[in-house]
Amino acid sequence: MADATALLQLRGISKGFPGVKALSDVQLTIRRGEIHSLMGENGAGKSTLIKVLTGVYRRDGGEILLNGTSIDARSPEEAQRLGISTVYQEVNLIPHLSVAENICLGRQTTTLGFLKWKEIRQRAEKALARLGIEIDVTETVSNYSIAIQQLVAIARALDIDAKVLILDEPTSSLDEKEVEALFTVLRKLKAEGLGIVFVTHFLDQVYAVSDRITVLRNGTYVGEYEAALLPRLQLISKMMGKELSELEMKAADRVATKAGVTPFLKLKQVGRKGSLKPLDLEIAAGEIVGLSGLLGSGRTETARIVFGLDRADCGELQLDGKAISITSPRQASGLKFGFCPEDRKVQAIIPNLSVRENIVLALQANRGWMGYVSRPTQIQLADKFIKALNIKTPNPEQPIRLLSGGNQQKVILARWLASNPRLLILDEPTRGIDVGAKLEIEKLMAQLTGEGMAILFISSDLEETVRNSHRVVVLRDRQKVCELRGEEISEKNIMHAIAASDSDQ
Amino acid sequence: MNSAFNSPTWHKLKWPLAALMLVLLYNYFYTPGFFQIEMKAGRLFGSLIDVLNRAAPVMIISLGMTLVIATGGVDLSVGAVMAISGAIAALLIAKGFALPLVLMISLGVAIVAGVWNGLLIGYFKVPPIVATLILMVSGRGVAQLLTGGNHIPFKHAGFEFIGRGYLAAIPFAAVLTLLLFITFVIISKRTAAGLFIEATGDNEVASRYAGVQTRVVQFAVYAACSLCAGIAGLIATANLAEADPSAAGIGLELDAILAVVIGGTALQGGRYFLAGSLMGAILLQTLTTTILTRGVPTQWTQVVKALVIIIVCLLQSEVFRRSFQRKPATA
Repeated sequence: MADATALLQLRGISKGFPGVKALSDVQLTIRRGEIHSLMGENGAGKSTLIKVLTGVYRRDGGEILLNGTSIDARSPEEAQRLGISTVYQEVNLIPHLSVAENICLGRQTTTLGFLKWKEIRQRAEKALARLGIEIDVTETVSNYSIAIQQLVAIARALDIDAKVLILDEPTSSLDEKEVEALFTVLRKLKAEGLGIVFVTHFLDQVYAVSDRITVLRNGTYVGEYEAALLPRLQLISKMMGKELSELEMKAADRVATKAGVTPFLKLKQVGRKGSLKPLDLEIAAGEIVGLSGLLGSGRTETARIVFGLDRADCGELQLDGKAISITSPRQASGLKFGFCPEDRKVQAIIPNLSVRENIVLALQANRGWMGYVSRPTQIQLADKFIKALNIKTPNPEQPIRLLSGGNQQKVILARWLASNPRLLILDEPTRGIDVGAKLEIEKLMAQLTGEGMAILFISSDLEETVRNSHRVVVLRDRQKVCELRGEEISEKNIMHAIAASDSDQ
Repeated sequence: MNSAFNSPTWHKLKWPLAALMLVLLYNYFYTPGFFQIEMKAGRLFGSLIDVLNRAAPVMIISLGMTLVIATGGVDLSVGAVMAISGAIAALLIAKGFALPLVLMISLGVAIVAGVWNGLLIGYFKVPPIVATLILMVSGRGVAQLLTGGNHIPFKHAGFEFIGRGYLAAIPFAAVLTLLLFITFVIISKRTAAGLFIEATGDNEVASRYAGVQTRVVQFAVYAACSLCAGIAGLIATANLAEADPSAAGIGLELDAILAVVIGGTALQGGRYFLAGSLMGAILLQTLTTTILTRGVPTQWTQVVKALVIIIVCLLQSEVFRRSFQRKPATA
């Protein structure tokens, strides 16, 4: 009987924020003794759902049943008292306290207000023993590795009588061996009858431990599946909202493949420990190379290395046949690289400065502080790009923060175009902008490559990737899995490549 | 300068300007002789001249402080740097060094102090308050060690000119302030430094992504601020004709920060207004001078200053002003 084993049930959950419907009619059922993966692309509503469940947000509608009784947690503390514990991606322990103190913090046993240290230590040791770990609990937490800290956080979460354990991206900063150790612990807890919710982007890990999978997309419930009965390809197609049958690509929709141009930038086995496994990548003038893969697959990580934001710790970068090392965005910009980052608000716009100043910034930074771009030239540049990119702003002196997302994105594009780059890296350039602006940006990409610019194009939108790329490099789990060219480029092939498990390789 | 009354600069400057006008208006009616300026032996004398002369150190420091605050930082060590540069200058004069050498060494040490701040803040990411607090406390100690805890009096007509001299009938300190102001404005408006500083203060991450060397910007502003403090230290020392490291520049860091805030530069960083900072410094000094000449007990000085500052800051707050705007009347 399904209901007898249902430990936690979320029914018809909806949650809105001003201007956005984050969740509508979402459900999730966790049974005793199961590991349940919650899957979805960026913006699918996973973290909102978890925040609703743990009392960080108040839900607008729906019902949460724990052991058949309706609950309504108003804070994470209350949720924890009810038996729902959460461990976040960023370990939130207090680094300078001991392991024992961290585990027992806020629920110490006292006599007349005095701490009973011996009991606290024993309790911590017992909590860790449950996970099969033996460490010195009097040692300061920050002296242990991230993996151990993660386990301590889990021990802390389990110290009270947890019934449901939620793990939000627990493996992002762990290496393979540490992940395996974590999974051993999870299987042990599962055997004890705990319900475990597991959120991750790594497909291999989902299939390694999950019993069931719930998929969300755009804030709606797609379905619940038995992990063993859901092929990877099906899972990806459900996450991305594409039926496999839809995916036969019409050749006419796609740009023609470039041939016979020598690449000017080559990455040879370039990698970085913890973020990207060594990969090869080449790009030639006039070429759009698409980087495809799920979030966290290494797309942005590749871009960051090329633009000098992170340093590669192995392999070689070659520019025009010469080995180079790029150590800062300033240097990359000097090599005529440009980068429109993914997080527009944090990484791109200078909110209170004008459209004109935002456009001029990269060019000016390139010329240095003595190479002042005169005011008339600045105004000319701003006017030119406002017209060319159809940026909607009352005047060039408008602070950029007052523009819409799409227009902000165009200003950031203009910033790099003004510095006339030979390689432009676009990380999700069309996210969160309206359809009109999207089409304009795609048109612009074609025009720029026609003039000889090379574009490294990162997008979660498969259709967009297929439509615009001359070549597509597919990444999975921080690793390049294949490169598609010409007729091979299709949504179906990309999905197959993303879905293939390591053993298929 | 086109449509000057519509520019953001004017919108920021009008409130401190209005406050200054009010205080001056009060003095016009109630303080006899406040606006009198006399020419004696080729020098101008009067309360207004006195205000400019006395405000010079804070005005000069507020110029450097404006740049620091524009990057989102703050420099609490300026008072201590004043004490150090003054002490070094006095010691070197006592040892008979030539004036150019005295100036170069004492100001050079001030710049080194700023580079130290820049290193902690830009490179090691120590929060600006903590980094400059270290120098605020230790710097004064260093100055006292240098002088063995004593006052160092000296006689040197050339050096004393910096603090007491007159140029074209105007106090030299005021002339120096004006020159520094012009220099800072030129650097801000005729080089890209202004854009880099404002961009760094408004969004450091995005500036770095756009290729701005935000670390270099931070080094430069703290060095510039310390240089200003060094110059202010020389003026104060020359004015007294002695170095007094335990008293020089005490509390001046707060006056300078206040002047910058009154002048319209936000503590969060971003847009900055050099002219506003100068106006803020003049407002603070005018208040002090008014209170003194009106014979109000000096204990009141800080309280009255605080009141005026609260009013100016509230006027600058959009939230505050909006709360007084009437909703459109409904028929």
